[in-house]
Amino acid sequence: MNFQRITALVGKDLKGMLREPAALFLIILFPVMLTLAFGVSFGAVGGTQPTTFQIGLINMDSSGSYLQYSQSFIGNLTSKEILKVQAFSDNQTAQSDLSQGKIQAVLLIPSNFGESCHSYLTAPANPNLWVNTTLQLYLDSGSMLVSQAIPPIIQQVLLTTIYGEQQTSLALPIQIGSPSLIQVSKLTMFDYMAPGIFAYAGIFLTMTVAQSFTTDRENGLLRRINTTPTTATEFMTSQAISNMITALIQVVLIFVMAYAVGYRPNVSIASFAIAFIIVLVFSLCNVGFGLITATVAKSSGAATGLAFVFIMPQMFLGTFVGIALSSIAQTAGKFVPSYYVTDALTSLFLRGAPISSPVVLIDLLVVSVTSVTVLLIGILLFKEHGKA
Amino acid sequence: MAIVLENLTKKFEDVTAVDGLSLQIEKGELFGLLGPNGAGKTTIIKILCGLLEPTNGTATVGGYDVQRDSAKMKELIGVCPQDTAAYPYLTGMENVEFFGNLYAMSKAKLKENAKKLLDKMSLSQDAGRRVRKYSGGMKRRINLIMALIHDPEIAFLDEPTVAMDPQSRHAVWDFIRDLEKQGKTIILTTHYMEEAEELCGRVGIVDHGKLIALGSPKELMNENDAKDLEDVFIKLTGRRIREGL
Repeated sequence: MNFQRITALVGKDLKGMLREPAALFLIILFPVMLTLAFGVSFGAVGGTQPTTFQIGLINMDSSGSYLQYSQSFIGNLTSKEILKVQAFSDNQTAQSDLSQGKIQAVLLIPSNFGESCHSYLTAPANPNLWVNTTLQLYLDSGSMLVSQAIPPIIQQVLLTTIYGEQQTSLALPIQIGSPSLIQVSKLTMFDYMAPGIFAYAGIFLTMTVAQSFTTDRENGLLRRINTTPTTATEFMTSQAISNMITALIQVVLIFVMAYAVGYRPNVSIASFAIAFIIVLVFSLCNVGFGLITATVAKSSGAATGLAFVFIMPQMFLGTFVGIALSSIAQTAGKFVPSYYVTDALTSLFLRGAPISSPVVLIDLLVVSVTSVTVLLIGILLFKEHGKA
Repeated sequence: MAIVLENLTKKFEDVTAVDGLSLQIEKGELFGLLGPNGAGKTTIIKILCGLLEPTNGTATVGGYDVQRDSAKMKELIGVCPQDTAAYPYLTGMENVEFFGNLYAMSKAKLKENAKKLLDKMSLSQDAGRRVRKYSGGMKRRINLIMALIHDPEIAFLDEPTVAMDPQSRHAVWDFIRDLEKQGKTIILTTHYMEEAEELCGRVGIVDHGKLIALGSPKELMNENDAKDLEDVFIKLTGRRIREGL
């Protein structure tokens, strides 16, 4: 093998990637935009959107003369379908659960809550006789929705407790204390999606490889290269290298963009390294699919459409889109290579699996064997039927 | 001998593109391969460049069998295809350097040859522009430079002046004459009979895959009692059509 030839071929391909607007969009801009869009939509910026809020409750008003008010307040809270109330015996345990993301808020009923309610109801027009107190509320600051939704709900429950269903907007002796925002380490939807996005971007290499080969074939460039001493091995090695470099650029860009929108996988450098290796090996699989597409496609236009035969199943069954699919579709996903890339990256980034984990190693093995097989099939098919 | 064809035959299913053709081209010869469209010229060139396998017969280029020793043979040849084949997103210079690197040229030699050829073809000033922005004539000139950057012993020039303005065409003619003076073997295919008459020491006329005439333009004109090569061409290829051969 002559490295001068391989370097020239790789350099030419990389220049093509940077200078051809369509290739630049698919390879660089598309993954960046995709990551940004999903990061903003499903990441820490927007927060997750639960249908109910888990709220921790500590009732300090358990030994006074007016216990019926706190019992009524708790009853009204519990009756709210949007709230799932969990009683805690002490604030420390509740705060611990809040910081772990197990609950979204903590509400502390003060010991003089009943007394305060009673003082108001006996002299509603005379604030001088009221016993003032505060309901302390702690909220998960990781979710904008929680901080916006829960305080008004508590306010409403308080009014219902005092006035019944016919609420007024008069002043009360009980205030809801400024919500204390608690920073919690909580996974966003984007955390679940990120591993799939790494695979998702790589899938589109199929299209760029197919377009590149068919365009070069149409323009007579493949034939022209074939009149030079360049061997098929040198040519295909250069293709593998240039597409692995492209995949590497994609992975780095996706990670930078994901980091920018709040993605912080708590994993070691070794986990990142193995994740990069898996994505790079996977790029070879897409070169193979690209070659198969270029073999079948008669023109670069046809190649664009035909590439989706490989892109769509990998995209829908093997990347983050698969999260929302039926169990049958998820089982079908096991027959597409991108599934194993997503699974390995999910194990590393989300489940915190070590690089020596059997799941990760088996995924790497499956991706490697599949990629080499698909690449070889692609090379053989293109060599026999695709160069004309 | 630079090129030897012996009983060369190429069949595509039921179509015989090259039919038992035998021919010898000497080293340093500027040989014109002529023929009407579909006569088999391009198929012959493709076989000689190692792009197609012959069905029967043998072909040697520079002493190497085009099938058995194609790697060594390809180091000797330069091919200028009929349609411009250059990367539009690369500059003229980058295209030239790319092909120079495919021939594993040293940096110094590549730079020297590129400068010389670009100067000769009046493309030095535009070498830094992307080929996509080139005019048709400029593309054809860069196409030729890409074929000759590695200073090949044998050059296959497939209609190198098609669609060129007269000025550019004469510049290419001068360039081809220079190559001949350097002792290169040149196989030129063209539809312009005056081009073949002007440049080629010997021409072969191919029709229906067979070599129907071979000799210097003058010899062929005398043999066929024709005023020029175009007259020879029309007489020979026209007669074959009339006679249904």
